[in-house]
Amino acid sequence: MDAPRAAFAPLGLLAELTHRCPLGCPYCSNPLELDKRSDELDTATWARVFAEAAGLGVLQVHLSGGEPAARRDLPEIIAAARDAGLYSNLITSAVGLTSEGLTRLADAGLDHVQVSIQDSDAASADLIAGYSGAFARKRALAADVVNLGLPLTVNVVVHRANIDRIGSMVEQALALGASRVEIAHVQYYGWALKNRAALMPSRQQVDTALIAVERLRQSHCGDIVIDAVVPDYYARYPKPCVGGWGRRSLNVTPSGRVLPCHAAEVIPGLEFWNVRDRSLSEIWHGSPAFMAFRGTDWMQEPCRSCALKGKDFGGCRCQAFLIAGDARLADPVCHLSPHHDALEKLAAIRDDSTYHYRKF
Amino acid sequence: MNAAPVSISDDAKPRLPRGVRLTHNEAQGGWVLLAPERVFKADPVAHEILKRCTGATTLAEIVDDLVRTFAGAPRDRIRTDVAALLAGLADKKLLEFG
Ligand code: SF4
Ligand code: SF4
Repeated sequence: MDAPRAAFAPLGLLAELTHRCPLGCPYCSNPLELDKRSDELDTATWARVFAEAAGLGVLQVHLSGGEPAARRDLPEIIAAARDAGLYSNLITSAVGLTSEGLTRLADAGLDHVQVSIQDSDAASADLIAGYSGAFARKRALAADVVNLGLPLTVNVVVHRANIDRIGSMVEQALALGASRVEIAHVQYYGWALKNRAALMPSRQQVDTALIAVERLRQSHCGDIVIDAVVPDYYARYPKPCVGGWGRRSLNVTPSGRVLPCHAAEVIPGLEFWNVRDRSLSEIWHGSPAFMAFRGTDWMQEPCRSCALKGKDFGGCRCQAFLIAGDARLADPVCHLSPHHDALEKLAAIRDDSTYHYRKF
Repeated sequence: MNAAPVSISDDAKPRLPRGVRLTHNEAQGGWVLLAPERVFKADPVAHEILKRCTGATTLAEIVDDLVRTFAGAPRDRIRTDVAALLAGLADKKLLEFG
């Protein structure tokens, strides 16, 4: 019993503290059905979840949302993470977080801040965020983070409207004092999926961007770490789903449901357990949602007999369901999937009319 | 990868930068160095070295202390190993010198 248990010890916990957020980014990966404020977990429950997570092996907690700063008890939540021995990473849009607020978080033991920027062009950035003045607020917060001596990661979400400015966005991250840039091509779940036709870049844009990133890596080697998440729809092989379903990480929603991945709720028929009813350990080891795709026994062809199945775990379960219609199939990003062509056709659909902004 | 020849001066005071933390975690099997989006396992030797990197102690003092702790190992070798480990971590922004 003990060996397989130890084999699945999670490293990271994504704590979605709230779904409230002042911005309305159309690429948000939150579900279309957002958790209400009245359903949010209280401070004490989060503290218990952090302690249980540390006991399971979790080392880092990513405090996310929505906008985590929308929670007034954020300093207490961070202190609880610190008390549990977890490394805390705040993922913020910067809007709604003042200088004084940030200082309080740092005093409570916050380890690292990640700020997202929408574009290097202010007008375009505010249009994408659906919030005027967001851009200026982000710059100010980044400066505060650096002044406090906290490490800063700038997260750039890339899509059709800004992909041609990848270079200037990385330059901007450097100017803001970031030690790390994360270039994340939009992943098409939740609101992003709804906006796919407005967000999807062309293959040529993607290829040009990949070359640009490689060049930036070389010219800024030593100044800044550039991590890039490759765009899925144009790949030949899928990305390994969060390091394998139920292997490395877990996600707790604002109201306490525990998910193997942030998008998992799109898959019909999965039963998620809630931290209000059970310990995190019980959920991690026994929840039907975690058991559903853990390991490789659930796989169908072509994954079942594929040499890569222990590497990419058949790709993304959510995408298999969304595009191929069955979560047990190969991720259609894989060129061995019979649904791969369907993906290419979807990527070719364009609609520039308007974004559906994320809203309650 | 071979460690390039490293020159860290004897009076440099190594320390973990803000945002990098050394923690013990039973379920992950020991000591780990935590950094933004990254985790490094620290083996027992690395842990002995890293826990001395407080920013208050010089490299020479750390080496002396290790020589006392691991009686028998030649000082030269310890210094080389320590400097290589610290330089490697500094390259990855996991360590700085005061
Ligand atoms: S199933 Fe897909 S969306 Fe969910 S974590 Fe895995 S890769 Fe991500
Ligand atoms: S067939 Fe399945 S396991 Fe093999 S590469 Fe494709 S998705 Fe991965």
